[in-house]
Amino acid sequence: MNVDESTVVLGLETSCDETAASVVMGGSDVLSSVINTSIEQHVPFGGVVPEIASRAHVELIAPVIAQAIEESGVADTRIDAVAATVGPGLIGALLVGVAAAKALALVWDVPFVGVNHLEAHLYAGLLEDPSLELPLVVLLVSGGHTMLIEMSAHGQYRLLGETIDDAAGEAFDKVARFLGLGYPGGPAIDREAQYGDPTAVAFPRAIPDSLNFSFSGLKTAVMNHVRKHPDSVTADIAASFQMAVVDSLVAKARRAAREVGAKGLVLGGGVAANSLLRQRWATACDEDGIQAFVPSRAMCTDNAAMIAAAGWYRLKSDGPTSLDCGAYPGLRLPLVQSYTP
Amino acid sequence: MDRVVITLGIETATQVVSVALGGDDGVIGLVEIMQGRRHAEVLAPAIEFVCRQAGVALSQIGAVGVDIGPGLFTGMRVGIATAKTMAQALDVPLVGISSLDLLAFPLRHSSKVIASLIDARKGEVFYSFYLPSPGGVQRVSEPIACSVEDFNADVMARGQNVLAVGDGAHRYRDQLDASIEVADLAHPSAAPLVHLARARALRADVGQAGAANLESVQPMYLRAPDAQINWTTR
Ligand SMILES: [Zn+2]
Repeated sequence: MNVDESTVVLGLETSCDETAASVVMGGSDVLSSVINTSIEQHVPFGGVVPEIASRAHVELIAPVIAQAIEESGVADTRIDAVAATVGPGLIGALLVGVAAAKALALVWDVPFVGVNHLEAHLYAGLLEDPSLELPLVVLLVSGGHTMLIEMSAHGQYRLLGETIDDAAGEAFDKVARFLGLGYPGGPAIDREAQYGDPTAVAFPRAIPDSLNFSFSGLKTAVMNHVRKHPDSVTADIAASFQMAVVDSLVAKARRAAREVGAKGLVLGGGVAANSLLRQRWATACDEDGIQAFVPSRAMCTDNAAMIAAAGWYRLKSDGPTSLDCGAYPGLRLPLVQSYTP
Repeated sequence: MDRVVITLGIETATQVVSVALGGDDGVIGLVEIMQGRRHAEVLAPAIEFVCRQAGVALSQIGAVGVDIGPGLFTGMRVGIATAKTMAQALDVPLVGISSLDLLAFPLRHSSKVIASLIDARKGEVFYSFYLPSPGGVQRVSEPIACSVEDFNADVMARGQNVLAVGDGAHRYRDQLDASIEVADLAHPSAAPLVHLARARALRADVGQAGAANLESVQPMYLRAPDAQINWTTR
């Protein structure tokens, strides 16, 4: 199959609580991107409940697909391939998108492409700015992941560093819950921090001499501080905690970019929607004289446009995925080699 | 007017994946695969295979039938997501049929009360009672999930001869009341599914494709979700 600028891919994303579908042409021209979510149903539990998410996907998937095709303005006969997230994620949730994508591939007689959700996050940056030059260093920060990845060519990844305990988004959720700020924690801390002093408490920063992250100690430090100083101002704690997380994310990313000689530094994943992180990212790259890329907030959080874009690249490089492919909750990024600083 | 020519049936509510094609003269293709919990892997290739071997193009399909449960949640979701998406893309009506109906239907010539039992795990069964009726069976109780003991008590209260069918009856055979006869059939099949779905699709009131039709077909869980938070796989 000839995969080029005119190839139209329908992407489906159902790995967590978002049910999303998107039509993308040529790997970067987003014709439509529809996102529905069951997040409201998870709020009382302070985290995503897999069974609730899976049930919601079954209800939402067909209408979301119909809407994405309609908004794209292309006839379904113009769709050349159907891509879906096959992992990592919640098994029951992933299966819904995989099943729907295969069904469409059968009916339309077009290829099915299984997409790695993490790889798709890496493509979110390239999707919005195809002029980004490789090699890139991507910081992928979400509720499930905190990884520094070098992308030297399409499909060529090297893991430079990752969290040794909690993911950054997980730390936001846990601290927000502890401070009584609600769920999801990222936006809650971001909002509260606007009213606080980020220098009020000097919380511990990064592990020195490593590109790995650790947030569990920071979370404990926050809890200990509040227990010791019950009168502390919540906004100050939120702001100081956020500053510590962002400091460590930005410092490691800069160092990684320097060490591998990256031309650009790309931010991705749900935590990339954080206001302070976005600000500091641009400033740091400016100072270091490298290209900064901060995706739009819509492209940071889970969406199907990035699935369609990554699907387009995978189809181009590897061809279709077999229809007997399943869903892989613990799927890892395909790495070319590990990195030792 | 013969609107619905060929019906595709998708059955994934238990350990078996079953796909059938039905036409004017009954079942024209049937595939059944027992592969445990590999519904997502097996289903699409099974549909492709049965269509190719039966010489039917997917574009010829005029209605889709699907088992809506109760049963294995992940299996049901794979089947229902596949069926809904296919029906939408083909712009044909979708018909949902309960797994309990599909187990009872092949026993329609029995003289006993039929009890369809699906293994619900955790020592429980999903079940309904049926009575043979002309051309099929008639459901005479609401489908519920409960313990095997409660099912036995329900049978006693009815005071009738009961023929039990389904993987729930097989798994808990030793715990069923001694008066209950157990039929060989363990898993629902897509063969009765295409028969029943085709008949329903031909009825003008249900046989309309579109968003409202898709919306009306929902999984029958019979159980609230476990509010168990899973942080690790996000
Ligand atoms: Zn994600």
